[in-house]
Amino acid sequence: MPARLMQGDEACAEGALAGGCRFFAGYPITPATEIAEILARRLPQVGGKFIQMEDEIASMAAVIGASIGGAKAMTATSGPGFSLMQENIGYAAMAEIPCVIVDVQRLGPSTGRPTSPSQGDVMQARWGTHGDHPIIALSPSSVRETLDLTVQAFNFSERYRTPVILLMDEVVGHMRERVELPRAETIKRVERPVTTVPPEWYKPYEDSVSDVPPLVPFGEGYRYHVTGLHHDERGCPTDHLEKIQAWSDRVFRKIDSSLSDIILYEEDGIADANVLVIAYGATARSAWHAVKLARERGGKIGFLKLKTIWPFAEEVVEHAAARLHHVVVPEMNRGQLVLEVERVVARNKVHRVNRTDGEMVHPGDILAAIEERIL
Amino acid sequence: MRAQRTESRVHGRYLRHSKEFPNIWCAGCGIGIVLAAIIRAVDGLQLDKNEVAMLSGIGCTGRMPVYVDFNTMHTTHGRALAFATGLKMVRPEMKVLVVMGDGDALAIGGNHFIHAARRNIGLTAIVVNNATYGMTGGQSSPTTPTGVRTATAPYGHIEQPFPVAELAVTAGAAFVARSTVFHVRELEQYLSQAISKEGFAVVEVMSYCHTTLGRLNRWGTPAEMMRRLRDDSLTLKRAESLSEAEKQGKIVRGVFVDRDLPEYTQLYERVIERAQAERV
Ligand SMILES: Cc1ncc(C[n+]2csc(CCOP(=O)(O)OP(=O)(O)O)c2C)c(N)n1
Ligand code: SF4
Repeated sequence: MPARLMQGDEACAEGALAGGCRFFAGYPITPATEIAEILARRLPQVGGKFIQMEDEIASMAAVIGASIGGAKAMTATSGPGFSLMQENIGYAAMAEIPCVIVDVQRLGPSTGRPTSPSQGDVMQARWGTHGDHPIIALSPSSVRETLDLTVQAFNFSERYRTPVILLMDEVVGHMRERVELPRAETIKRVERPVTTVPPEWYKPYEDSVSDVPPLVPFGEGYRYHVTGLHHDERGCPTDHLEKIQAWSDRVFRKIDSSLSDIILYEEDGIADANVLVIAYGATARSAWHAVKLARERGGKIGFLKLKTIWPFAEEVVEHAAARLHHVVVPEMNRGQLVLEVERVVARNKVHRVNRTDGEMVHPGDILAAIEERIL
Repeated sequence: MRAQRTESRVHGRYLRHSKEFPNIWCAGCGIGIVLAAIIRAVDGLQLDKNEVAMLSGIGCTGRMPVYVDFNTMHTTHGRALAFATGLKMVRPEMKVLVVMGDGDALAIGGNHFIHAARRNIGLTAIVVNNATYGMTGGQSSPTTPTGVRTATAPYGHIEQPFPVAELAVTAGAAFVARSTVFHVRELEQYLSQAISKEGFAVVEVMSYCHTTLGRLNRWGTPAEMMRRLRDDSLTLKRAESLSEAEKQGKIVRGVFVDRDLPEYTQLYERVIERAQAERV
């Protein structure tokens, strides 16, 4: 594919297609509407299906239904819709149904400011649905990264049989950049693992071979049950406490044992740094700008850009910050992911830079926070 | 007696013979009758079990799918039709049955119900209408008759009920019928017609919940409530000759609509053709 001027939302839609998405259900909402509009046009071209549902609850439900039917499925929304999707996201986590949920974050709470960016849904992405469950959330900071991480979101969802959340923000979603598109043959796609056992032996939650049991789609001769109730290895409701505990242990283990695959990040100049800046999403752009300015002025500044937000990159952050006295964490919220940074780095080392008026965190503000530590 | 034995053999071929039994329903509940009628309808149509999916929401009715040997999914409260919409779109060849309680289908799921009907997507929606929330203990539902006592209307229900079948007709369903758990042959017949229908098909099955609403209103045993379904119901044909006053409080049974409307997933195949034609 050649280079193209492309919008973040468009990159998300194209990334979805490249990742194998063949079903989309959604409901219009700024700043995510473009993703639905593009897929309404593009999906049928490749034999996929698009449906505009009556609300986001239904959209999330239809995505799960399509996924159990065997299609790689996605929805895209923003804060108000993301809130409505939470119960069914929990269902996907409980029943271990692969799916991708895109949240192009806008300023909240409530209707907030639809056209303004925010990173206010970081904690909601982690804990928005009730009950303990693992989740994967990725956050892109450029148009090209949006495309790549959308493919990655599908791959993770299929590999780990889990809902994956792509946390975009209005800046990345609406921004246009010139992107070199990857060649189709270079894109790595993960397909749903197939079972080797005959239907009469198949158990959709049987974990003796792997913590991620193969999920056979409905309609292929393997008849089984799926429920949001706690269930046994056949998917049938259970009251056995040891089975309930085993489920919980396994679904966390399947993610926790694969962190080296799941945790995506980029780092720069950390080895000899005095100050470390940790950022993600659109704010990583401001942060990188500030880091470069500070370096021009002689500062030794390390930069860590997190692409995987959940599970939190504990070890990466711990390692990067181990030697340092100052860690600056800018966010377009009142301090959400910084809570995780503070958990793994001594709290008095961590300095927040926040903004919640719907404007991006300015590089100047991050620079000021950096310089305050080195002067 | 012989007929009964053959029937239980039919049921036996479709039930999951494992730890699922005994079922969770109260002895005497009508939900099992609906399950048995669905099984006989599917058997009569000679459908391949692999090609049948049964989805449900949450409630006593929602527990039905786990007992049958189809592709089964117990979803979230009210959302079964939306889950089923996604499944049907990617597996249009499957027969997708959706079983719901009245609260599931018409309160929390009311929006999905009317939109599935409006789209005319090829699902079979089976609403077990016991006029209350059975599972949570007899609270008011969207089909609770005015004046009835419920766990959340201790002084009598002051709202009016939804007529489910009529609502489905207005919302655009291709096939709509109503029967009761007393009229099992008729019920089986309507279910068979509904499952055969290409578009969105609704069967409203009048049932009862003797342990909650029945007890609160002193309606008696399941047998007495069955008798009421028999005595207080009449056919659509007979209802046509009665005045509104005479029909008051009666359950009207019959096929309310059976019309040919374009089915959604088939229309979508046309969308795919158009999109691919425009592209080349
Ligand atoms: C979102 C949500 N709200 C409430 C409940 C609690 N709840 C479980 S079953 C039920 C009502 C069931 O009534 P109905 O749908 O009429 O089915 P029935 O039990 O009578 O068959 C409710 C409110 C729930 N499970 N989920
Ligand atoms: S509570 Fe009511 S609806 Fe539920 S199983 Fe018992 S009788 Fe049936």
